[in-house]
Amino acid sequence: MTETESVVIRTVARIAVPFIQVFALYVIVHGALGAGGGFQGGVVFAASFILMIIAFGLPCVRQRVSTRWLMICSVLGITIYAGIGLLCLLPAGNYLEYGAIEAALGIPHLHGYLIDAVEVGIGITVMAVMTSIIYDMADKGGESS
Amino acid sequence: MLNLLNTLASICIIIGLFFMVVAAIGLVRFPDFYSRAHACGKCDTLGEGMMLLGFILYEGASLVSVKLLLLIIFIFVTSPTALHAIMHFAYTSGVKPWKKGDARE
Repeated sequence: MTETESVVIRTVARIAVPFIQVFALYVIVHGALGAGGGFQGGVVFAASFILMIIAFGLPCVRQRVSTRWLMICSVLGITIYAGIGLLCLLPAGNYLEYGAIEAALGIPHLHGYLIDAVEVGIGITVMAVMTSIIYDMADKGGESS
Repeated sequence: MLNLLNTLASICIIIGLFFMVVAAIGLVRFPDFYSRAHACGKCDTLGEGMMLLGFILYEGASLVSVKLLLLIIFIFVTSPTALHAIMHFAYTSGVKPWKKGDARE
């Protein structure tokens, strides 16, 4: 099934992918307030790449989103997460204790922004790892790097 | 006025439920893959659309209604497309349609 699908599927995928990605960003950012979070948003974002693989084929998507870029993204996301977690140790707080930074710097509502930043990091990592798993599952061997 | 809207909402939800039940009956009773997918895809799309329309009428003008309206549009675009993809892949991979006289699966 290397050839691309019919024109209906390609057109609808082309329309739907931006909306799915915007919804994924909404889920990530909304995670601090209600249902959702970094993991769910990252999975939804990866689902948009899966839809692109189904509609346009693996080589087309791999050309746009390379494995190297995905590896960089996964390391970047986990670095954001662990970096903010370790940053909380500086003002004598626990790991991921945002209140310590907020009390030390005196900026109101800072812990909310820090929660959002951590969620973004989780979302980037989950998106990259899920997409690379799908790459490894979808290719027929020999073209994975 | 509120009662009228609630009645309309109830009617829409009941119509939607009727189509969902029809889809379930079609799934159980139809003989092969293509007719089952036909029943499920079409009736599910319309049933979900009518139910969400009923929810919009019940909710009134608010942010939730806008989200439900976007959901209706999304379902009406994507659900038949997913069905088309499944049916197309079944056809290309050699699933034969049921003919009169064949054994039911």
